[in-house]
Amino acid sequence: MSCDAMLLVDALREPATTRALDANDWTALIAMARAEQLIGTLAERLKSESVPPKVAEILAEARINADYQRRSALWEAECAARALSDYPGKVVLMKGTAYVAADLKAGEGRHIGDLDVLVAREDLPQVEALLLSKGGWEWVKEDAYDDAYYRDHMHELPPLIHKERDRMIDVHHTILPLTARPSPDAAGMLANAQLIDSNLTVRAEPVEARNRSESRPSTSSARTETLCVLSPTDMVIHCTAHMIADGDLAGGLRNLWDFHCLTTQFAESDPDFWPQLSARAARHQLLPAVQCAARLSLRLYGTTIPQTWGRKKLADAYFVRRLTARDGWGRPTRKVTRLAFYIRSHWLRMPPLMLARHLWTKWRKG
Amino acid sequence: MSGAEPLYRADTTDAMLVEPLDGLTLIYHRRSGVTHMVVEPVPQILAAMGEDALTLDQLLTRLSKDFDLGDAVEAKAVLAARIDELVDLGLVDKLDGQDA
Amino acid sequence: MHEFSAQVGPAAFRIGSQWRSPVDQLAALYADYPKPEIPDFSVRLEAVSMLRRFIRPSVMIEGDYMLPDAAPLPLAQALLAAEMGMNLQMALGWRRHLLLHASAVEKDGKALIMTGASGSGKSTLSALLGQSGWRFMGDEFVLLDLESGAAVPFPRLISLKNEAIAAMEAQADAARFGPLMEGTPKGNIRHLMPPVDAIARMAEPAKPALLLFPRYGHNWAVRDVAPGETFMRMTQASTNYVALGEAGFTAMTRFIKTTPARAIDYQSGAEAVSLAEGLWEQLA
Repeated sequence: MSCDAMLLVDALREPATTRALDANDWTALIAMARAEQLIGTLAERLKSESVPPKVAEILAEARINADYQRRSALWEAECAARALSDYPGKVVLMKGTAYVAADLKAGEGRHIGDLDVLVAREDLPQVEALLLSKGGWEWVKEDAYDDAYYRDHMHELPPLIHKERDRMIDVHHTILPLTARPSPDAAGMLANAQLIDSNLTVRAEPVEARNRSESRPSTSSARTETLCVLSPTDMVIHCTAHMIADGDLAGGLRNLWDFHCLTTQFAESDPDFWPQLSARAARHQLLPAVQCAARLSLRLYGTTIPQTWGRKKLADAYFVRRLTARDGWGRPTRKVTRLAFYIRSHWLRMPPLMLARHLWTKWRKG
Repeated sequence: MSGAEPLYRADTTDAMLVEPLDGLTLIYHRRSGVTHMVVEPVPQILAAMGEDALTLDQLLTRLSKDFDLGDAVEAKAVLAARIDELVDLGLVDKLDGQDA
Repeated sequence: MHEFSAQVGPAAFRIGSQWRSPVDQLAALYADYPKPEIPDFSVRLEAVSMLRRFIRPSVMIEGDYMLPDAAPLPLAQALLAAEMGMNLQMALGWRRHLLLHASAVEKDGKALIMTGASGSGKSTLSALLGQSGWRFMGDEFVLLDLESGAAVPFPRLISLKNEAIAAMEAQADAARFGPLMEGTPKGNIRHLMPPVDAIARMAEPAKPALLLFPRYGHNWAVRDVAPGETFMRMTQASTNYVALGEAGFTAMTRFIKTTPARAIDYQSGAEAVSLAEGLWEQLA
């Protein structure tokens, strides 16, 4: 039995490997899956496996929770669409909410937190005003320094929370902070964003119940016409940016699983997908990051990636160590590696002088 | 804006579970997962709408078949207010004068 | 890590602790409970920092489900931390039954369920009834089966607070008590093991037959509670009603429509028992 999250990685990549697990292994696996917010995904992957009765109960419970998160996420998106019905521009759903709205494999069993949307930078004041006045959202109280930091340097508005529903919405205008080194082309992403197809109306029923609603005509009201998702290549690039170029790899196994599901599904339906992804990533200055994600995805999840991308890099082992840094109680381990990644992630976001000032102020506030 | 009057349609029939209690009605709205506690005339309005897309006037006509609505102008104002609330909650869709 | 595990009703817990003493206390108090193979939840008692593991030791409650701003407790209250940790896992993670913040006792296959704010007396009342001819089912959570509506036992340690401690010390066997913890966020707390038969019969459900809203510290009174008010109060008393969606709605409405509800006010434990048994006679 491993004492790191390779136990979880193996179970996701190859569900049949769980047949060899004993009670202690299962206990560790479940704790890790919960800590990585992958228990819903694990439940999906193990749907057809025969597991011990107690595990079956736990996984069934995870599925109920995933359904709840899906329902909440789609409703939140709909409420945002209504509040923004007078806004003529595109409102692009991102991450988990996008995956379930577009019925992608990456959305099955996925943990979904806040609502993330992308809009044009020049329209931020209008969008902000509509959410506050028509939608019932309000600012999460932050102090003045963080507020300025968000507005001037980050890629999103300061967080907004809905007064009654108690859920947050993050409004982005690009996918990486303005001060970051790779500089993706946000306008290009918005231009290529596509409406959620009328065959894939925003639905809130759990996947099993979908057949019941298939015969219903799609509603033509304005609310579902505003919402978009990123194009397939951009979706993968955003997933990568979020994980490698932006994050300190926290939530890495989950983001990497998203990468695996998205690329596998898109490549299956479009033989040109990988070359297009390559070209698009280069345009957003994220080709190295996408290639890194692809190598890690192959290594951990067995993803089929272009042959020429498969050559291992020295740093990959370091990434794997960070990604699998969990013990059998779900606790983060490998503190030195984590710290290195935290500093690295801030380094990627901010020029060095700013970084020093930011870390100093953060430290002072304790 | 065109002169066409807006149409209202209740969220499709199996979208809600309705449980009358003593004096009030519970409505579970499947799509949002929200449970609403409503009183007259909301359950009656939803029942009268059925699966059809109606203008306010058409809805008023339907309701007046089974209920005494009193002064027509006042009734229409009350109905408009209730319908707006239902649209806000997501239980009723507002369609801008087009066919569904 | 020192480890402890126990099965309580349908839920199994494992607790990991950096210190030995809380695990020893838990092992003693849960001695009669079955040991699970695979737990449903993991709870961890962690030190605030390396130093604080030994100097003014302070316990943080962590686990599968955590509250970000929870304040740590002193090591002397680690047992309380463990119990709070288990409550938190149930409150945030359990989706297999409709979870009600309530206490319950059973007689003739039927359940008397009591719910109310902290300090209302539901916990003490269930403990008292459990000592006088009723089977104790739980003092913190009542679990309702989503298909059948049956109440399923969840007999954890009874958490007695302040005056209730003395009241129960007079009634229950001294050997079944945990340590007295003073100066906790809720005053003085002492845990009591449920009666032997409550633990032995933890897998036996009961049909809900009476719902009471007890209110300690007021003159004797009984009031009807209308279904609408009951619904409001019960959804507020449930941490997983919303997450359960349609199944939660169905289970809650079934419960409300089939279970008579009364509010009772009383000045003493004896009054409470008398009121409860009188209403049971009448309505259950």
